[in-house]
Amino acid sequence: MGAPIPQQPGIFVGLIAIARRDLLLAWKRPGDVLNPLFFFAMVCTLFPLAVGPSAEQLTFSGPGVLWVAALLSTLLSLNGLFMSDHEDGSLDQLLVSPQPLPVLVLGKTIAHWIISGLPLVLISPLLAMTYRMPADVMGVLMLTLLLGTVCLSLLGSIGAALTVGLHRGTALLSLLILPLAMPVLLLGANTVSLAAGNEVYATGIWALGAYAVAALSLAPYATAAALRISNE
Amino acid sequence: MTAKLSANDLTLIRGESCLFQGLGFALNPGELLLLEGQNGSGKTSLMRAIAGMLSLESGEILWNDIPVDEQRQEFHGALVWLAHRTGLKGDLTLVENLHFEAALRPQANVDFEAVCERLGIARLRSLPLRSLSAGQQRRVALARMLLADVPLWLMDEPFTNLDREGRALIMRLTEEHLANGGMCIMAAHQDVEIDSTVTRVSL
Amino acid sequence: MWTFFHKLASPPHFYRFAATLIPWFGIPGLILIAYGAYAGLFVASVDYQQGDAFRIIYVHVPAAYLSMMAYMMMAVGGGIGLIWRLKLAHAVGAAAAPLGAAFTFLALVTGSIWGRPMWGTWWEWGDPRLTSELILLFLYFGYMALRSSIDDTAKADKASAVLALVGVVNVVIVHFSVEWWSSLHQGQTVFKKGTMDADMRIPLFAMLIGFTLIFGAMLARRIRTEILYRERRTRWVKELVLSPEGDK
Repeated sequence: MGAPIPQQPGIFVGLIAIARRDLLLAWKRPGDVLNPLFFFAMVCTLFPLAVGPSAEQLTFSGPGVLWVAALLSTLLSLNGLFMSDHEDGSLDQLLVSPQPLPVLVLGKTIAHWIISGLPLVLISPLLAMTYRMPADVMGVLMLTLLLGTVCLSLLGSIGAALTVGLHRGTALLSLLILPLAMPVLLLGANTVSLAAGNEVYATGIWALGAYAVAALSLAPYATAAALRISNE
Repeated sequence: MTAKLSANDLTLIRGESCLFQGLGFALNPGELLLLEGQNGSGKTSLMRAIAGMLSLESGEILWNDIPVDEQRQEFHGALVWLAHRTGLKGDLTLVENLHFEAALRPQANVDFEAVCERLGIARLRSLPLRSLSAGQQRRVALARMLLADVPLWLMDEPFTNLDREGRALIMRLTEEHLANGGMCIMAAHQDVEIDSTVTRVSL
Repeated sequence: MWTFFHKLASPPHFYRFAATLIPWFGIPGLILIAYGAYAGLFVASVDYQQGDAFRIIYVHVPAAYLSMMAYMMMAVGGGIGLIWRLKLAHAVGAAAAPLGAAFTFLALVTGSIWGRPMWGTWWEWGDPRLTSELILLFLYFGYMALRSSIDDTAKADKASAVLALVGVVNVVIVHFSVEWWSSLHQGQTVFKKGTMDADMRIPLFAMLIGFTLIFGAMLARRIRTEILYRERRTRWVKELVLSPEGDK
């Protein structure tokens, strides 16, 4: 039936397959996608209510608030990265799959980012507008959130793998990821602030990009190792 | 292709207790390795250790006389794992689940329709898996096993939740697999009657 | 020489070896700290800029240095334990964690006290060193929380080893990003990097070495306890506990 089938599948075959599966699963449960989004919007809404609607304050605190909200929202969504697989036994199947585990993990993380990180990036201009952010600064915000949420998903997957199946794993997950997420927050939020102040902000973008690339190449291995250990 | 699975001097310590020590076996094509013992005696742990999910205190496992540690991917490509939890997604349909599994093993070349017909699950293809009974879900897991088309089958308590017809089906499938030169490791806490060479390990 | 180290990897040998370490580290350490404290408080000259407040560095610098070193030990111990499967290496990590966290806390408190006269407040977010130490404290808490939430010791060892290794990489990244952030906002720092007079420097070295020795002694003690706990079912521990001389 056509060309002979190769013995070893290509390295991205498993990645694409598992990413498609997770996206299909999310499609069937739209609530999982909307929850982090609502949380993001909620935090952004609560701040002005708490500290007052003065224009000056809003413009000043906008980048920070939006970034913290994105961070918290991602943290919340990370708990579910491996949870359902752990509960129904698919995690075991992934561990004995002929596909390399780091590749499968990367596929899951990419799907998770598309489900919970990318929507934040896309909705951020809307919320940034309520913080009176000018359009050019919004562009910087979206770029930093794009790179930053990628970092957070990848770094967070390590924490999720370490805490999968643990009692009260969510709280522990947040504690473990917090130190990893802090540089991302620092770089992201302050780069946007610099842009808002019409200062040079390229350093932050480069640094975030470098962090994202490093996380992309290294985090899957750490996550795979952590998954094997957690599943013993 | 002559395949062989062997192990020597396997020792496993879990928590405080030593589950087994100095265990060894050899499995050739057409043979069944039966792990017997009470619940909690370490049958599942041994199987998980063979599959590479647990690390052993000592000993090594060899696939075709090469240590499994040196050829993880090849070894995993040659086995399929059937556990108590099916490892299938309840929200997805039968077809979606099996297509995902096939994507992870693209070299398999088994007729999808024929397998579903054989296992009596063809009419359930468009239903989400969580609406199927436990027995039916187990049959879907069996379909996954057949579609993988690999020499080594690892089956952990395959008879639980199955009625007599289901148990007979598994026995038939296992016998066929062994007759075709496959190998099987089965953990069961009840006796298994089969018409092939059986090595028994009691834990 | 190699056999000496090879023997050390066995818990009963290390247990006895560590027992000898404790007095050899502890007593010189205490002496050095006593000297350093005296010299630092009374002999070193007054700093022209900060007055007597700077003298807190004689506790702060050793504490900060040890907080980093303890984390390195946790990471290295975890790495050795994962790669060479040495259980004792994991025990070192487990023993070092609470000590490291305590020294981190000490560094934070002394740093805060040091800054108070300059900043007028007990906490200054703009200070990069203080903020980095705070993040280090969270790293320690995460490590200890992960360890305590996994019941199986071997599994806890491996999981926390992975965490420590990831954390070590993170410490470097955190350090640089916090420095960058602080430079953006022109935070006030009190940690002078300039040269010091000899009469200020000598007590500092004495305190550094003294604190390190004390840390070593406390760590040896904690490792002994860890070994006893991990090996509590083995014959040599039972014999040790039952023998007339008890825990020696």
